[in-house]
Amino acid sequence: MDIHEYQAKEILANFGVGVPPGALAYSPEQAAYRARELGGDTWVVKAQVHAGGRGKAGGVKVCHSDTEIVETCENLFGSKLVTHQTDSNGKGVYRVYVEGGVPIDREIYLGFVLDRSSQRVMIVASAEGGMEIEDISAEKPDSIVRSTVEPAVGLQDFQCRQIAFKLGIDPALTQSMVRTLQGCYRAFREHDATMVEINPLVVTGDSRILALDAKMTFDDNALFRHPHISELRDKSQEDPRESRAADRGLSYVGLEGNIGCIVNGAGLAMATMDTIKLAGGEPANFLDIGGGATPERVAKAFRLVMSDDNVQAVLVNIFAGINRCDWVAEGVVQALREVQVNVPVIVRLAGTNVEEGQKILAKSGLPIIRATTLMEAAERSVQAWQSDSIGEPKLRAVK
Amino acid sequence: MSILIDRNTPVIVQGITGKMARFHTADMVKYGTNVVGGVVPGKGGMEVEGLPVFDTVAEAVEKTGAEASLVFVPPPFAADSIMEAADAGIKYCVCITDGIPAQDMIQVKRYMYRYPKEKRMVLTGPNCAGTISPGKALLGIMPGHIYLQGNVGIVGRSGTLGYEAAAQLKAHGIGVSTSVGIGGDPINGSSFKDILQRFEEDDDTHVICMIGEIGGPQEAEAAAYIKDHVKKPVVAYVAGLTAPKGRTMGHAGAIISAFGESASEKVEILSAAGVTVAPNPAVIGDTIAKVMKEAA
Repeated sequence: MDIHEYQAKEILANFGVGVPPGALAYSPEQAAYRARELGGDTWVVKAQVHAGGRGKAGGVKVCHSDTEIVETCENLFGSKLVTHQTDSNGKGVYRVYVEGGVPIDREIYLGFVLDRSSQRVMIVASAEGGMEIEDISAEKPDSIVRSTVEPAVGLQDFQCRQIAFKLGIDPALTQSMVRTLQGCYRAFREHDATMVEINPLVVTGDSRILALDAKMTFDDNALFRHPHISELRDKSQEDPRESRAADRGLSYVGLEGNIGCIVNGAGLAMATMDTIKLAGGEPANFLDIGGGATPERVAKAFRLVMSDDNVQAVLVNIFAGINRCDWVAEGVVQALREVQVNVPVIVRLAGTNVEEGQKILAKSGLPIIRATTLMEAAERSVQAWQSDSIGEPKLRAVK
Repeated sequence: MSILIDRNTPVIVQGITGKMARFHTADMVKYGTNVVGGVVPGKGGMEVEGLPVFDTVAEAVEKTGAEASLVFVPPPFAADSIMEAADAGIKYCVCITDGIPAQDMIQVKRYMYRYPKEKRMVLTGPNCAGTISPGKALLGIMPGHIYLQGNVGIVGRSGTLGYEAAAQLKAHGIGVSTSVGIGGDPINGSSFKDILQRFEEDDDTHVICMIGEIGGPQEAEAAAYIKDHVKKPVVAYVAGLTAPKGRTMGHAGAIISAFGESASEKVEILSAAGVTVAPNPAVIGDTIAKVMKEAA
């Protein structure tokens, strides 16, 4: 789960990480008022969206007056910010963060991630702050400093000092850097984060170390023990279909093709998408309905897939292990009777009791296109979609 | 021989009183697995499916001689259960549980390393379908009947995609020595490389089938290992060629982040290491059949 910059800063500040003074606003007037509260003559107005690359996309503006702040906010509020990290629809701006301007001496990149190779928490830092880490690692790989944390004892001060020296931080600021790194690590550890990223971390003209931006991502599997983090969820930043799916225990990712997929298991779901592409089609989504393909889950999956207007055929691929094919087939039939599905439906069942399952599909009287192998299922889906899209006689499953 | 489990391996089920655990315990017993009991704290003395339940893993090991354990404990408590098994002297543990916090798994791995190598428990999973040595023993939730006994060793991250491969092999009349699910989580007990090493040493395994997917460094690590240490033919398939960059596809682990983590890069790296890569999931069985014919 992602949170906003201002929320991440509040968490990090509680662990001793320095942040510039700032305030949240829900309207242009409020933004101007809060700027006046903060004082000073330079402010940075930042759109709060769950995506990086806001600066280049026009989501971060330096302002010098009330009128400038109001004008900036009027453009931002209600707009969709499209950055290189969002899809083409962008993310809605409903909150802005107003921050006092800070004199910057130098910028550093700092990230804490779960490293899958060492299977530990890894610190990644670079003296080239302000750039995307992907660009830094491509252009200046030697500038990247890495350090992994021994889980039994946690991050040690000597590691923090090493990082500070390697980054060439003024020796007088070493302690301040240690405090920043330890603060980030403790925030990561204690809140079950999967990522803390500060880009840039700045050394100010008056020799302070401040987090100018902050991103935190949390482990969804650990939210059960962090109710205060769960409260920070902002559904306005999520794809509505994906959050609806998540609320129903389904794992869904919307894509841009025309063939809807309903599959059990993430690996098989990806394999099914690959096969559709190989057969000449484009998958409309990734959807893993999980282990137990109950009739209710299959019905929910159909509703979800059909809510995408681009879907012109639906491929159901279920490998029934413990849940038998006859049972899954009954679920499919029941779902097709409940849910309005006006595009061709292709069903491929495999595993336990496959013959009984096929019989149930055949007897249902529904115009279900059956397939026995994965390749056949993908090919038939693409054929059905093509014949459907050019208006030839259609095989349709209607209520 | 087979790897990790055999006909005689005494098995306990942690969390045996749960609905899922009961169902799969009965299924494993029916398959012929030597299940000797279960563990649920506070339910010692009960019986499930005619098997004795103990309060602690240590007690279960002492009374039954258990060597392997299957963990069916809910996510908030699963890491604790795995560490309890490691401490009690269990040699091999399979964790089925899906949804264990990543930092819990980091601690589990660190905890396991406190034991010297010869006493260290082997863990596969979490978030996997388990391990099966067809005709001998089943330690997991896979449907036993789709596997024929034979000489192909299967290792994969995904459960149902592993079934798909086994079913395609069965259609060719090809059997499996052992099939191991290593699970889809970012922090897992055993990597591809760990299992490949065991298959390379196993006399019953003639060909190795590796089923990977996008995200994570383990396929690339496996490729490096295969190049230098594996003499047996390896066939691989990598799921997610069509997955867009930067999106998570179900498995918490399947996030593309560095070079060698997209499906096409993995295919490239594996091919360069001498692995025969099945171009699509529908021909995993055909590819293995072909490789076996060439090797014969």
